[in-house]
Amino acid sequence: MIKVDNVVKTFGGFRAVDGASLDIKKGTITGLIGPNGAGKTTLFNVIAGVLSPTSGTVTMLGDDITGLPPHALFHKGLLRTFQIAHEFGSMTCRENLMMVPGNQSGENLWNTWFGRKRIADEERALRAKADEVLEFLTIDHLAEQKASQISGGQKKLLELGRTMMVDAKIVFLDEVGAGVNRTLLNTIGDAIIKLNKERGYTFVVIEHDMDFIGRLCDPVICMAEGKVLAKGTLAEIKANEQVIEAYLGTGLKNKDKVGA
Amino acid sequence: MDLLNAIITLTNFVIVPAIAYGSQLALGALGVTLIYGILRFSNFAHGDTMAFGTMVTILFTWLFQSWGISLGVFPTALLALPFGIAGCALFVLLTDRAVYRFYREQKAKPVILVIVSMGVMFIMNGVVRFIIGPDDHAFGDGERFIISARTFRALTGLEEGLAIRTSTGITVITAVIVVALLFWFLNKTRTGKSMRAYSDNEDLALLSGINPEKVVMVTWIIVAALATVAGTLYGLDKSFKAFTYFQLLLPIFASAIVGGLGSPVGAIAGGFVIAFSEVTITYAWKKVLVYALPDGMGPDGLVQLLSTDYKFAVSFIILLVVLLFRPTGLFKGKSV
Repeated sequence: MIKVDNVVKTFGGFRAVDGASLDIKKGTITGLIGPNGAGKTTLFNVIAGVLSPTSGTVTMLGDDITGLPPHALFHKGLLRTFQIAHEFGSMTCRENLMMVPGNQSGENLWNTWFGRKRIADEERALRAKADEVLEFLTIDHLAEQKASQISGGQKKLLELGRTMMVDAKIVFLDEVGAGVNRTLLNTIGDAIIKLNKERGYTFVVIEHDMDFIGRLCDPVICMAEGKVLAKGTLAEIKANEQVIEAYLGTGLKNKDKVGA
Repeated sequence: MDLLNAIITLTNFVIVPAIAYGSQLALGALGVTLIYGILRFSNFAHGDTMAFGTMVTILFTWLFQSWGISLGVFPTALLALPFGIAGCALFVLLTDRAVYRFYREQKAKPVILVIVSMGVMFIMNGVVRFIIGPDDHAFGDGERFIISARTFRALTGLEEGLAIRTSTGITVITAVIVVALLFWFLNKTRTGKSMRAYSDNEDLALLSGINPEKVVMVTWIIVAALATVAGTLYGLDKSFKAFTYFQLLLPIFASAIVGGLGSPVGAIAGGFVIAFSEVTITYAWKKVLVYALPDGMGPDGLVQLLSTDYKFAVSFIILLVVLLFRPTGLFKGKSV
């Protein structure tokens, strides 16, 4: 699905991503773990086109997508969410979702004045879809609320909803669970599994919560210091000496406690 | 004491001119605020964009006049306005392509874009003077007054007259139409919503599949339209002189900042706040006071707080006070 080949991204002299290579298979939920500053988010940004890599290539289904701008990747079905939830604060939740598919005919100055019917039809279809998504995420009661007023966890759900407005192929989730309570995290987890099973979305998830990773992800990739350290099931990763040293901590003699 | 005459005098010399000037400032400030909100920099070239648009409008007005086309009682400039807007939009889009786009791709900081816009300002300033010259040009024609002072006096039998000029009427009506259209556009149309989305959160807009170049292009076209309309109305009301438009930059920025940069409602409110302060502070109140106060208590002096030569000082002081005490402006714009 996505192949990352020897990607390097430097900021000045600092090598945030230092020759990372990975291969993400279609239909999987891949977990990406690693200590803070391991380069996980930077790698996400490189794949999602927010940053262009210093060297290396990213391919999607065989096409070279290195350095394509985010909105172009979006139309190829590659979507991402943010570590800190982003939203269009001045719009309602429903409008936030309805913003999503770009290149609507209403975005054309000519159609704005002379293609009213076509725009109205499109908007109606979008509205129905947005309501469906809100219901799926169990936040349909928030449809008319300004997105700046909903809680942090609900914003995360809204971000997930954004990916459901189009037929995404692969979705990158950057710490969906950060700052979200257990119950809501379970709702998010359910939604991810359902999307994966029913719609065939491929997911890549950055997360620090090992329970969450354990429930969702196979395989798990561990990064440290800009490199890919190990790949395997969570159990394999937990047993990997290098991973324990870099991330899970050598301080814990009792390995069973790791990740609790 | 003669309250009726006092009110008429006040309306004639303060309220009517301030409403006209306020509408012009509001349209100018809307342009500045849109650029700030969506492209994220303070566009110093806005005054000269207004001058450029107005210049194109004037050239077309002259062309139509030479062909003998006119709008009867309305100024011919209204007919030339769409051409002025098109010309200005084209010029601004070329500027964007040649200058701003480069810096956008570099993800330049806003402060760099401000300096860049100053360079653009000097070039536009030069281009306008080169084409139309540095002199004053009056280009209004058609009927001068909706009600002249004499007609008003004859109608009401009052001592004081109230004159409403055609240009004032056109200014206010056009401003209302343009603002209504702009708000409808920003709030109801998909293009407007993508612009707001881009202004709200650029990263997210990109990741929602919104094409930034398209948003930028539409923004420039709208800004060119606003600038040309504002400039033409100002020129019809007073007269056209390239340097005056450059000077308008200060009250326009003051309006946008008082209202809150990035907030369209704020820009309009700010425009009227600045216009009313400028006019009331530089107006000689003697006549009004003589009418309004009991006989014999009227002042001997002019009661003019500030000479009109210093009118820009008013916007400047308001600007300073707002920046010191409420940097986000009246309507909670983005802080400067």
